[in-house]
Amino acid sequence: MVRATVKVKNKVGLHARPAALFVQEAMKYPCKIIVESDGKRADAKSILQVLALGVKCGQEISIITEGENEHTALQKLVSLVENGLEGA
Amino acid sequence: MALMIKGIPAAPGIALGNAVLYVPNNTAEICPETQKKIGPEQVEEELRRVREAVAKASDELKDIGSQVSKKAGKEAAEIFFAQEMMVNDPSLLESITKNITERFLPAEQSCYLACLEMAETMEQIPDEYFKQRANDLRDIGKRLVRCLKGIPETSLDSLEDGSVLVAPDLAPSDTASLDPSKVKGIVLDHGGKTGHTAILARSLGIPAVVGTIQATSSICAGDLVAVDGESGEVLVRPDESLVSEVRKRAEAYEKERQRLEKLRDLPSVTVDGRRVETSANIGSPKDVPLVLRAGAEGVGLFRTEFLFIDRDAMPGEEEQFAAYREVLERLSPRPVVIRTLDIGGDKEIPYLNLPAEDNPFLGVRAIRLCLKEKELFKTQLRALLRASRYGNLKIMFPMIATVDELREAKRILGEVRRDLEREGHEITGFEVGIMVEIPAAALCADVLARECDFFSIGTNDLVQYTMAADRGNPELGSLSDPFHPAVLRLIERTIKSGHEAGIWVGMCGEMAGIPEAVPLLVGMGIDELSMAPGSVPRCKEIVRKLDLKRAREVKEAVMKMTDAKEIRAYLLNFVSKL
Repeated sequence: MVRATVKVKNKVGLHARPAALFVQEAMKYPCKIIVESDGKRADAKSILQVLALGVKCGQEISIITEGENEHTALQKLVSLVENGLEGA
Repeated sequence: MALMIKGIPAAPGIALGNAVLYVPNNTAEICPETQKKIGPEQVEEELRRVREAVAKASDELKDIGSQVSKKAGKEAAEIFFAQEMMVNDPSLLESITKNITERFLPAEQSCYLACLEMAETMEQIPDEYFKQRANDLRDIGKRLVRCLKGIPETSLDSLEDGSVLVAPDLAPSDTASLDPSKVKGIVLDHGGKTGHTAILARSLGIPAVVGTIQATSSICAGDLVAVDGESGEVLVRPDESLVSEVRKRAEAYEKERQRLEKLRDLPSVTVDGRRVETSANIGSPKDVPLVLRAGAEGVGLFRTEFLFIDRDAMPGEEEQFAAYREVLERLSPRPVVIRTLDIGGDKEIPYLNLPAEDNPFLGVRAIRLCLKEKELFKTQLRALLRASRYGNLKIMFPMIATVDELREAKRILGEVRRDLEREGHEITGFEVGIMVEIPAAALCADVLARECDFFSIGTNDLVQYTMAADRGNPELGSLSDPFHPAVLRLIERTIKSGHEAGIWVGMCGEMAGIPEAVPLLVGMGIDELSMAPGSVPRCKEIVRKLDLKRAREVKEAVMKMTDAKEIRAYLLNFVSKL
């Protein structure tokens, strides 16, 4: 299991289209991926759960991956968030 | 036997064609039976059926998404791709699975309830975005049930040429797949003038009558149907003599439409070269295609209320900025007059907590409210100024009664501007004007004109306040007439005062779109007329037939008359002879 913390920088937060992009990326990996924010946890492959986190611009999230390809998945997701979730 | 159904006219034009009954099963209630339970031995089978239905629903959504994307662009298709993601969502699948394995519900009800429950949770979040996703979830629930039951999806793709579409109501996904070359007319049981179907029908030029209540129950598939989108009348199974009459009217309408369409790209100038801009009034960025279609030379009134009503929280700066920018950008270089928020205690805006007033039309509304709720006002002004660089922006303050109000509004605007510039935003040239709709403003127009860049006369309120007659009260219809000499004197005075101070004067009330008012207003020297997009071609045509000398003579004659009836009759006669 590996984890990393990253700040959400894009304007709308982890919401709408950026949330969809995040989930689409997460679905590419077979490992289990969890997003944590403000004490709440969500399955990164569930758009409904990720949206429900209500992550706003400037808030920090932790990404936790566990299983096959956990390092690659973590690295890809962190850089996606760092680049402002502008699309792959 | 011929039958006549009356509804709300939603898009003008006359159509004659054979009815196609369309019952969209995405909006229909296909709620599954509630009582049944399954036995433990059926669990595996029900889970398998759910997997199949999810795969099928997912494929359908992918298909619709790519079709809509091709026809109407990526943005319009986004909702279907979002739904596709949701239908494949692991937490949705988990709660469906639980319904089957723990509550022993059949697959249909398991899917339907899981979506419904999730939609309800989403709806608790006070955010417009989640409201929409809640609707998506309900749609998904119905889609899954339909896939489980093996009912094919109804589609508007297979309509034959020349059909009149008859339906209870149309969902956005239905209207998105509508082929305007095949549908001649639309008749709906539900819907209103401002619904998405009405807006789409108007922009596609398809005659439509909505809100008929009984269309689907009285019209059979294949019936000959005549739709009059002007009167709101729908003739079902008309006999031969009626058919030939409808044909004649349809032809006459089509001729008239083509004649007016030729005016689209012609300038709005009088015979002797005086420019009188004919512009359109709009209520949302969705109306932009109507403006272009009508050949309007700009937008003389963009009402911003749509951003504020029917929601639980104030629209933020970004949301407002995006809407203003979109309209300015798409209409550039045409001028766009954007009116700041015009609401008061008569409208239900829960998040503003406005106290109910005994007399809301004489209460804290429009600019009065904005000067009290400064943060609300500043947010709107920030969004407007940031949008200035995308087009030809003119900011208009409504309900100005005194010069102090105008000064205070301008002071706040200046403050906002300095803040934005300090933050590094680029703000380009824009004008600041007022709506003249209170008699006090018309009477002191000379004073106000020195402190702004333009006037726009709002006749609906000006008539109501001048005549002391509630414009919504049908008993007072004859008092609510802009042709009363008292109103005309205020209008003349406003135009004259504006011109003496060197500013332009327009009109954005209903009067501007009345054909017989055009010669009178041109005679008074009006610079711009802004009206419903549909009225633009006819009014432009009148402007192009006028010469200034004749228009001034008309004005002189009218200003000597004593009552509204006489004035209207005189003007109608004049216009009919043009």
